[in-house]
Amino acid sequence: MPLALHRELGLTDDEAEAITGLLGRPANDLELAMYAVMWSEHCSYKSSRVHLGRLPFTAPWVLAGFGENAGVVDVGDGLAVALRIESHNHPSAIEPYQGAATGVGGIIRDIFTMGARPIALLDSLHFGPLDNPRNRWVMEGVVSGVSGYGNSVGVPTVGGELSVRPCFTGNPLVNVACIGLMRHERLVLARAEGVGNLAVLLGSSTGRDGIGGVSVLASAEFSDGDEAKRPSVQVGDPFEEKRLIEACLALFDADLVVGIQDLGGAGLCCATSEIAANGGLGMDVDVRTVPLREQGMVPAEIMTSESQERMLAIVEPGDLDAVLAVCRRWEVQATVVGTVTTGGRLRILDGPAGPGSTSIVLADVPAATLHDDAPRYRRPLAAPADLAARRADDPAHLPEPADCGPAVLEMLADTSWVWSQYDHQLFLNTVEGPGGDAAILRVKAPGLPASRRGLALTTDSNSRWCALDPRAGTALLLAEGVLNVACVGARPLAVVNCLNFGNPEHPEVMWQLSEAVDGLADTCRAMGLPVVGGNVSLYNSSDGADIDPTPVIGVLGVIDELVRRPPGAGLTEGGHLLLLGPTAGAGALAGSRWAETAHGHRGGALPVLDVEAHLAVCDVVRDLVTDSLVDGVHDVSDGGLALALAEMAVRTGVGFDVVVEAGHAGLFSESPSRVVVCVPRAHVADVTRRAGEAGVAVTPLGHAGGDRLVVAGLVDVAVPEAVATWTGSLPAKLQLTGI
Amino acid sequence: MTTRVGVVVFPGSNCEHDVAEALAGLGAEAELVWHADTDLGDVDAVVLPGGFAHGDYLRPGAIARFSPIMASVGAFAAAGGPVLGICNGFQVLTEAGLLPGALQKNQGSRFLCAPADLVVASAESALTSGTAVGDVLRLPINHFEGNYTCSAEVLAELRAEERVVLRYVDNPNGSVDDIAGVCSAERNVVGLMPHPERACDPLLGSDDGRRLLGSLLAWAAGRLPV
Repeated sequence: MPLALHRELGLTDDEAEAITGLLGRPANDLELAMYAVMWSEHCSYKSSRVHLGRLPFTAPWVLAGFGENAGVVDVGDGLAVALRIESHNHPSAIEPYQGAATGVGGIIRDIFTMGARPIALLDSLHFGPLDNPRNRWVMEGVVSGVSGYGNSVGVPTVGGELSVRPCFTGNPLVNVACIGLMRHERLVLARAEGVGNLAVLLGSSTGRDGIGGVSVLASAEFSDGDEAKRPSVQVGDPFEEKRLIEACLALFDADLVVGIQDLGGAGLCCATSEIAANGGLGMDVDVRTVPLREQGMVPAEIMTSESQERMLAIVEPGDLDAVLAVCRRWEVQATVVGTVTTGGRLRILDGPAGPGSTSIVLADVPAATLHDDAPRYRRPLAAPADLAARRADDPAHLPEPADCGPAVLEMLADTSWVWSQYDHQLFLNTVEGPGGDAAILRVKAPGLPASRRGLALTTDSNSRWCALDPRAGTALLLAEGVLNVACVGARPLAVVNCLNFGNPEHPEVMWQLSEAVDGLADTCRAMGLPVVGGNVSLYNSSDGADIDPTPVIGVLGVIDELVRRPPGAGLTEGGHLLLLGPTAGAGALAGSRWAETAHGHRGGALPVLDVEAHLAVCDVVRDLVTDSLVDGVHDVSDGGLALALAEMAVRTGVGFDVVVEAGHAGLFSESPSRVVVCVPRAHVADVTRRAGEAGVAVTPLGHAGGDRLVVAGLVDVAVPEAVATWTGSLPAKLQLTGI
Repeated sequence: MTTRVGVVVFPGSNCEHDVAEALAGLGAEAELVWHADTDLGDVDAVVLPGGFAHGDYLRPGAIARFSPIMASVGAFAAAGGPVLGICNGFQVLTEAGLLPGALQKNQGSRFLCAPADLVVASAESALTSGTAVGDVLRLPINHFEGNYTCSAEVLAELRAEERVVLRYVDNPNGSVDDIAGVCSAERNVVGLMPHPERACDPLLGSDDGRRLLGSLLAWAAGRLPV
C-alpha cells in the first residue's frame, strides 16, 4: 500500500500528495525513495529555510556563498579561501568513531569540490558529563575518529573547542569546519553544462552503508533501541579520500572538468539532481553502470546510498580518456554513469541511454523539483512559558563564596589530551595551533604563489548563554569570535555557522532557532560580516528532551602581514595586567558558568552587546598585537576574568597578583568586549594612550609574576597546583592511567 | 652545484611538499618521485617523507616496500647514497629491511602530535653529521606507530656500533632505549620518527630541523655521485 511506503520513508501524507501533483501521477517506489531523501530535513532545510533567508550572505569579497557546497572569499594576493562547517551529530551518537570520521570526510569533500586544496580542519565537540561511562565512550570514539580520519587523509586539525554539559548526554554534537585555499580563477561550481557531456562517478564503489542516513538518522529524534539504526551510519576510508583529493585537484589543474559535485547526504540521487538542476539541465543515469560493493542492490539503494569518498564530475566526451588516465595514476575508480540532457528531467535508467535505447526507465522526474519544490514549513514558534520569570531571576542574590579559589580550579581544563591526537602541523602553515584564542595559519599551499598574509580561525559556542537567550547569546558568540581573531592580530572577513537545535516540531525550539538567526543576522550586519556557509542540525534530543540551543559560529580572519608569532594567552614576569573594555555591567552574573556550576542557577538577563564599543576594543587589541606592545593577551569569556587570568597563568607557569572590583561577581561575570593584556612596563603608557584615544576603558588589575595566583581577598592558589589541576583535569575525568 | 634530492611519493604520503619546502629553504632542489616509477633519476640524496603510504593498511610501510621505486632506493643505498626516512618513511625503511627493527603502536595507544626534545647520540650519520653528541634538538613528533622495537641482539649491535643517532629526552611512545632514530651499518641510511621539516622556521616554533636536513645535504655534497 503506497501510503505505508511513503510514511516508512519519512514523508508525510501531504508531502506524498505534493509529489503526485508535481509528477501528474503517483510516484513509483524508486521516485518516492528519491523524494524522501531529498525532502528530508537534513537535505531540504524545510523547517529552517524560511528563517535562514534573514542572514546576510553577500559582501564584495564573497566569491561564492549560500547555496554552494562551501563559501569562497577573497583573501588578497589573488587567493581565495573556501570554508564551511557541518554537523555529524546523529551518526556520532550511534557509532562515535565512524560518525566523526565520515563527518571529517564529508566536509573536506565540500571544500575540494570548489577547487580548493583543503588545508585545515577545526572541530567543535560537545559531550555529556564524563562521569557517565557511555559519554566517555562517545567522546573517546569521536576524538579517535577525527584523529584516525583527519590525520590519514592529510588535512591538519588546527583548532576547535570542547564543551561538556548534561544536555549532550545521548546526543553529542560533532561539528567540523574545513577551509581550503585556491587561486580565484580555479573556482569550480557544481553545475552541469553542455548537453551530451558525461557524468563520471569517481571514487569508492557503492554499498549499502548509509542507506537513508539523512531521513532515518538525521531527521528524527533518538530513542531506546537505536542500535538498530547502525547500518545507516557510513563507514569512512581516508586513504580513498586522500587519493580522491589528489586526483580531483589534478583534474582541475588540467582543466578537465566542467562541473563537479560531492556525494554526501542522499548520495547519487542528490548529486545528479543538484548538478543538473543548477545548470538548468537534465541527466540520464544508468544504474547498471554504478560500481557496487555488494550483490543484489536495488535501484533505490544505489541512488540513495551514502557510501563515502565519491564525487560526480561532468566531463566533455573528448576529455574522458585524459580524465581516466589521471584517475588511474591515483588509483581512483572512474566510471561514466550518466549523460547531461536537455529538458531538465532526471531519468534513472536500467541500461544505457541514447537513440534506439531499449533500456527501462525506472524513474523520470523534473530534477529541480527534488530541491526547489521541497516543502518549506513555517512551523509554529513560541517563547517558553517561563521566559519572563527566568529572565527576572538574576543570580546577583546567590551567596558569595568565602574562597573563590576552588571554583577557579574547577573550571581549568587543558584540552591537549584531545588535540595532541590530531596532526595540527601538516603543510608547515600552523603558526598557532589548537589551545589558543584562535588558530593562525600561513597562507600557503603547494602550487600556489607565496603570500605574507595569515589566516585566523576560530569556532565558538555557548549553549548556556543561548539557553538563557538565544538571540543575545548568538550575538555574543559572534562578538567573541571576532574578538578572538583580533587577539591574534587579525581582522574578521567571513562567518560560517552550524545551528544545532532540538525538535523543530516543538514551538519553543523553532523560537530558539528564529531568535538565534536574528541575533546572528543583526550582529553580522552591524559588523559588516557575511555568512558564507553553514548547516542546520535539528532533532538533537534524546527521549523527548531537546538539547540547549547550540549555534556554533566560525569566524575567518586575515592578518595582512604575518611576520611573527602573536604573544598568545600568557604572562611574563613583572608585566602590568590591564583590562581593556567597558566596566558597566561587568559584575553581571546572568548566564555565567559560575552561576550554573556552583549553584545550578540558569536565570537572569544576558548582557547586551554594544557592537560599536566591541569593535573599538577589537581594533585596539589588533593594533597592540600587530605592533608588539603586549606580551600576553586573552579575551574574557566563559568563566569570566577569573578563568581568563588563570589560563594565562597556567600556560606560562607565571602567577599574578591583582585586585578585582565587585568581589566574586567581578571575577566570574562573562560580560562581553573585554580583554586582559599583559604589558611590559615600557609600553604601559603607550597602551593606555591608544586605548584612551579609541574610547576604550582601561582598568589596571595588578601585576604578573610570582608563584601564586592571587586575587586580593578572593583567590590565593599556588601556580604548581593550578598547573597540575589544569593538565590533569581531562585525563582524570576520562579515567585514564599511564601515558 | 645545487644538491638534488628525490622525495618519494606513495599514494597516501602527505609530507612530501613540506620536505621539499624545507630542503628548498636550505638551497637544495627537491624532486618528487612517484612510487610507481622505477628510476630515481639523477639525485644526490633520497627522502621517504611522512604520511600514510597506502593508508597504512595492513601495517605501516608493509605495502609501500613493494612499490617499484623501492628497488631503486635499495640500489642507491647499497651504493652508499644518503637515504632518509621520516616518520612513515622510517617505517617503510624498516619494512624494506634497509634499517633494523620495527615501529609498533605507541605505548598508551594514542596518536601523538607534540613537540619532543631529542638528544644527539651519534654525530656520525648522514642526518647528524652537522651536530655534536649531546646536542638537544626540539622537533615535533606526529605518529601512532612510533614505538621503536628490536630484538636484544639487534639492540646490542646498534649500541656497540653507535647506530642510535637520536634519543628522546622524555620518551613519549615507549621506544626501547628511548630510540628516536637509527642508521645503517654504513651510516648513510637513517630513519627517525620526529619531523625535521616541521622545525625549519622560527615562525613555526623551532628551526632545529635545519641542522639535521643541512647535515643530509652536506653529506650528499661531500661524496662522489652514485
